[in-house]
Amino acid sequence: MYSEKFQKSLAAVEAAREHNIALEPARMTAQQKEDLLAAYHPDYKKDEFAELTVGPNKGEKVPTQLVEILQAHSRITADSVDLTKPDYDVDVLVIGGGGAGASAAIEANEAGANVMIVTKLRIGDANTMMAEGGIQAADKENDSPATHFVDAYGGGHFAAKKELLSKLVCDAPEAIQWLSNLGVEFDKDADGNMITTHGGGTSRKRMHAAKDYSGAEIMRTLRDEVINRGIPVVDFTAAIELILDENGNAAGAVLMNMETKELLVAKAKTVIIATGGAGRMHYQGFPTSNHYGATADGLVLGYRVGAKLLYAETLQYHPTGAAYPEQIFGALVTEKVRSLGAKLVNVNGEAFMHPLETRDVSAASIIRECSDRGNGVDTGNGKGVWLDTPMIEKIGGEGTIEKRIPAMMRMFEKYGIDIRKEPILVYPTLHYQNGGLDITPDGMTTNVKNLFVAGEAVGGIHGKNRLMGNSLLDIIVFGRSAGQNAAKVSKETTVGALTLDHVAKFEKELADAGVETEMVSPKLLPDYRRKK
Amino acid sequence: MENMVNVFLFGKKYSVPDNLTIMSAMEYAGYQLVRGCGCRNGFCGACATIYRIKGDTELKACLACQTKVEDNMYIATLPFFPLVKQVYDMETIKPTEAVMMQLYPEIYACIGCNACTKACTQGLQVMQYIAAAQRGDFERCAELSFDCVMCGVCSSRCPAGISHPQVAMLARRINGKYLAPGCEHLEKRVKEIKDGTFTELIEALMQKPLDEIKELYNNREIEK
Repeated sequence: MYSEKFQKSLAAVEAAREHNIALEPARMTAQQKEDLLAAYHPDYKKDEFAELTVGPNKGEKVPTQLVEILQAHSRITADSVDLTKPDYDVDVLVIGGGGAGASAAIEANEAGANVMIVTKLRIGDANTMMAEGGIQAADKENDSPATHFVDAYGGGHFAAKKELLSKLVCDAPEAIQWLSNLGVEFDKDADGNMITTHGGGTSRKRMHAAKDYSGAEIMRTLRDEVINRGIPVVDFTAAIELILDENGNAAGAVLMNMETKELLVAKAKTVIIATGGAGRMHYQGFPTSNHYGATADGLVLGYRVGAKLLYAETLQYHPTGAAYPEQIFGALVTEKVRSLGAKLVNVNGEAFMHPLETRDVSAASIIRECSDRGNGVDTGNGKGVWLDTPMIEKIGGEGTIEKRIPAMMRMFEKYGIDIRKEPILVYPTLHYQNGGLDITPDGMTTNVKNLFVAGEAVGGIHGKNRLMGNSLLDIIVFGRSAGQNAAKVSKETTVGALTLDHVAKFEKELADAGVETEMVSPKLLPDYRRKK
Repeated sequence: MENMVNVFLFGKKYSVPDNLTIMSAMEYAGYQLVRGCGCRNGFCGACATIYRIKGDTELKACLACQTKVEDNMYIATLPFFPLVKQVYDMETIKPTEAVMMQLYPEIYACIGCNACTKACTQGLQVMQYIAAAQRGDFERCAELSFDCVMCGVCSSRCPAGISHPQVAMLARRINGKYLAPGCEHLEKRVKEIKDGTFTELIEALMQKPLDEIKELYNNREIEK
């Protein structure tokens, strides 16, 4: 139920609904998209970025808050721990218990390696769990990995590392098969055909889903499999510094118990960073759809030992974060809502854009509608536009919402909004870290040996913008592959004497560059306590 | 001006704005959460919480991130609950009724009190899905339990000691792997890729100059 102040606009939306359903808004031309992004996308706001003055990406600009944590002090010095007495000694150390970390651990275990997961919260506390809409794979007759490649390459502004993207699309069907064999319940018709839809920027309907709990269904299954295999999971324990060996290869991590603050040493032949994204950094003050622990930890850990970042200046603002009610401000409203037919409508009831442009374009378009065009709806907590969910029931028939997007129905129901009958208010929310650590197709960083990366902490798979459904895909494809390769490399690796020399070295670089800061990193968790 | 209400966090009184969720109210009160906070969006089950409104006898359960505070709310979070999770090998497990008897025999001790259903933070028919599991109807159990976030509140209320979320997890995996119809187009495509059907096409694409690939992208046909 919306209060009185929304009623006039709601009436306009309702009055225009039939017309808007029939309407096929034109897609933007390449030039129109470019102009729109330059004027309204947050990535193009120059004063929100600062230059890195130390480290492998020195001279490049990244979000101001990211500079602060990349150029912060370590939480420890070399004296804080005794590296000669490791608490854990394994073949493969996986840092992070999300979809990428779990996939990696399962494959490393399958390959016979002694693998362990450390995670600062619980296994499954990750953005994977919150992915709603689906996972892409070109497995239908009218589709091919080549078509998937073109969609993703263009959607990412032709910036993806082609060899990574090609791996992503070619390994996609097998990833779906692997998940199915683990027992993941994809939406299928009675004959077993996958029920697939479009996502923003796809040219074929290749979005596979498990209702709108796609990520949760994948994550809980992977977690179950990790436990069944007896893979050790050290939870509520964060990696706070990587350890190298005397040859400069990754060889473990210093861990910190999140509750007791006890420090522990984990020695490993190979290390996989699978720490996820950065939404909780709240770049540019945006709300986020991300998990509580999404604080770019892996980027900090990697950067401090000299691993290079790629496209760390590009973030994804999901076009449809909840703008109302305030209790769920910034929470994800899955793109699947638009895949199923709901259109974006402004305060006057006008469907102002094609609902399935790529995410960066859609976000910029909503920001334009709410700013310069003055067509936003005042939510009491900022502006938003309508996402006309009742269209879904009209197009797909009554019951479609309950069957296909039950999580969305539940999320708004708790605040008295029946999305089958009433539209919802949305505004862009910080959703995904497009950039991250630079890797080769085997998953190893380009310049630190035996350091692997998988999942959202990787940069370059998607270029400068990611399509819906390609992230659940990349955590599986690159997670599995990192696990397999890290296991293989671990068999050929003899670890030299462990060292934390890089900590003092980085400290000196900071001092030499004149960086003055009180901050320590990785950040680990945001602080939402009331500031008095 | 914000309207304030009194809440009792683990019995201690705090005055907080009435528009906050229980989770935000804890942070407003000064808690830096480590336990009992996960996705903050109703998907992960980390923030299971039980509460009682003063003067009311009913004990209610919810997710702290999805529930607004009320005046005189007595709140205790349940960040961990010791569920029983049996281990099994998905490759050798058989999709038969006997599996449940072997792994989770306690489900047959259900006394039908329905406390699990009443407590479910997702509003699921928990007792019904356990009944389906008892019958070996994995498909029905999977369907009814699909929206489960595994917060564990149901199990905390169960006099029979059933770990409902884990029973459902097993049923869903069995259903997904063994009972749901297979997918021909998927198997065909995986084989085609392994046979190298698309290798040349992809390699040719990767070699294309930027202008050509831009042209291809901007003029590609989009399935209706």
